[in-house]
Amino acid sequence: MRDDDKPAGFGFETRAVHAGAAPDPTTGARTTPIYQTTAFVFDDVDHAASLFNLQTYGYIYSRLTNPTVSVLEERVSALEGGRGATACASGHAAQMLAFFAFMEPGAEFLASTKLYGGSITQFGRSFKKFDWNVIFVDPDDPENFRRALTPKCRAIFVESLANPGGVVTDLEPVAQIAHAAGIPLLVDNTLASPYLCRPIEWGADIVIHSTTKFLSGHGNSMGGVVVDSGKFDWSQNDKFRSLTEPEPAYHGLRFHETFGDLAYTVAGHALGLRDLGATMAPLNAFLTITGIETLALRMERHCANALAVAQFLEAHPMVKWVSYAGLPSNRYHALAKKYLPKGAGSVFTFGVKGGYEAGVKLVEGCELLSHLANLGDTRSLIIHPASTTHRQLTEEQQIVAGAGPDVVRLSIGIESAADIIADLDQALRQAG
Amino acid sequence: MDHNSYSDQYLRSILASVKTIAMVGASPHWNRPSYFAMKYLQGKGFRVIPVNPRAAGETILGERVYADLAEISEPVDMVDIFRNSEAAGAIVDEAIRIGAKIVWMQLGVRNDAAAARAESAGLRVVMNRCPKIEYSRLHGELAWSGVNTGIISSKRQKRVPR
Ligand SMILES: Cc1ncc(COP(=O)(O)O)c(C=O)c1O
Repeated sequence: MRDDDKPAGFGFETRAVHAGAAPDPTTGARTTPIYQTTAFVFDDVDHAASLFNLQTYGYIYSRLTNPTVSVLEERVSALEGGRGATACASGHAAQMLAFFAFMEPGAEFLASTKLYGGSITQFGRSFKKFDWNVIFVDPDDPENFRRALTPKCRAIFVESLANPGGVVTDLEPVAQIAHAAGIPLLVDNTLASPYLCRPIEWGADIVIHSTTKFLSGHGNSMGGVVVDSGKFDWSQNDKFRSLTEPEPAYHGLRFHETFGDLAYTVAGHALGLRDLGATMAPLNAFLTITGIETLALRMERHCANALAVAQFLEAHPMVKWVSYAGLPSNRYHALAKKYLPKGAGSVFTFGVKGGYEAGVKLVEGCELLSHLANLGDTRSLIIHPASTTHRQLTEEQQIVAGAGPDVVRLSIGIESAADIIADLDQALRQAG
Repeated sequence: MDHNSYSDQYLRSILASVKTIAMVGASPHWNRPSYFAMKYLQGKGFRVIPVNPRAAGETILGERVYADLAEISEPVDMVDIFRNSEAAGAIVDEAIRIGAKIVWMQLGVRNDAAAARAESAGLRVVMNRCPKIEYSRLHGELAWSGVNTGIISSKRQKRVPR
């Protein structure tokens, strides 16, 4: 149970600036201090015992929790409407940690085929080493998830707005399918950010971010976060034993029984970070907290610029197609209006005439847009996925993931729209 | 009274008014949730009197265990119920009889009929919550675990004793 009256009482922008960050109790410092320390002293042996037993609150060691990092955790949780959050060293670490809480060898999960290429590789290859087995499902018909369910399935994973293709997932029916099967829906909300979409409001149970992208927002810090809605009942069946059965590493404590709707977040720190060790550094947390303060302003500009660039490209003679859900011509436009009413984000793809060769020439010809493998930066970015981010995939997987040979991906920044358009125009002419 | 959500103000005023808590269903085993809550609340200065017929006469965290609420000779401000929702009914009636001012039912425990009886007898009621979690949330400690406390303040936080 949570107190909904207060958090709902503050607007999104207020939460983006303030949530989690009261003035420092010791010094009164108004911005969040960077607690650049590995460990924290115990008052006495009994205090230490209470901390190690999870009987009281406090800091022990920064692999588990750190005062700067916990401000970021509360901040993102407040923006997503979650109960709690666990920050990690990267988005990929966050995905690993999100599954680690409840997967076991032999278990399966469903994941959308329309995902960031790195996630397809992480799930399809590295997770296999733990005998966690992914079944990929085309998300365009939500019923595909129901058809693919098996008794061993423990979760469904999708991206709200998928990288790279501007695909919008129909979250509401997918959440219903997951809940009917007694399993949680995990949503990677990286490309949308909580300003544009809050998956928990549509039934998602867990939301994951690569904070590396729009949340930090300035291309200067790696990070990830796992937000728990606190709404999923882990004890409704016997699928989630690591949260419901006695935990040997904590002398038989049962996480769900003891911590209720905080169980997943407590386990994220006390088991996930403790044993996987993929902790976010305090400096990165500080930079990300600072970035989030301007999230609403940046997202507005990102979306306005992206729409202007998409409209320009749609009319350009060197462009075959544009896949931006903000364009009325786009097949995901209706879903974008439902799930992303404030804008369809700033990451999208288009097809350049002349295929692979022209794609390579185009990215090399840009002077203002940076050719690099990131997104969600203040700077406009361009990449040719088939030769970079998605090159580990087979050509068939590339096409399914929206990253075929002619595909160019943009992440439109917050510069002057006319300058971004002029640079793309000159580079397109060179490529042609 | 709406028992689906409580204002911060309501919970704050309850916790600030309480000195002595009778904890029904307190366990002598250190890894049980009630033990966690009792140890934490003691650390915050509350007197916690354990009630558990199966452990009557034993000692938990330095406090003698009573078999039932009626046996406690000193005044009890709040009865904290670590039993299932059905069993909570009779405990609430007992709490009314001994003159407790607040009935608090733990996470997962909710008995609306009993709550209505307590309220018409003038008691205040909280259900499906944990006083340890709410105390720590309202005093800034829960935020240390990455939890969304819902609290925003530009005032320097006051430290609470541990
Ligand atoms: C949608 C999405 N999810 C996850 C990731 C992985 O995040 P990170 O690079 O922070 O590990 C990325 C990175 O590009 C991404 O775009």
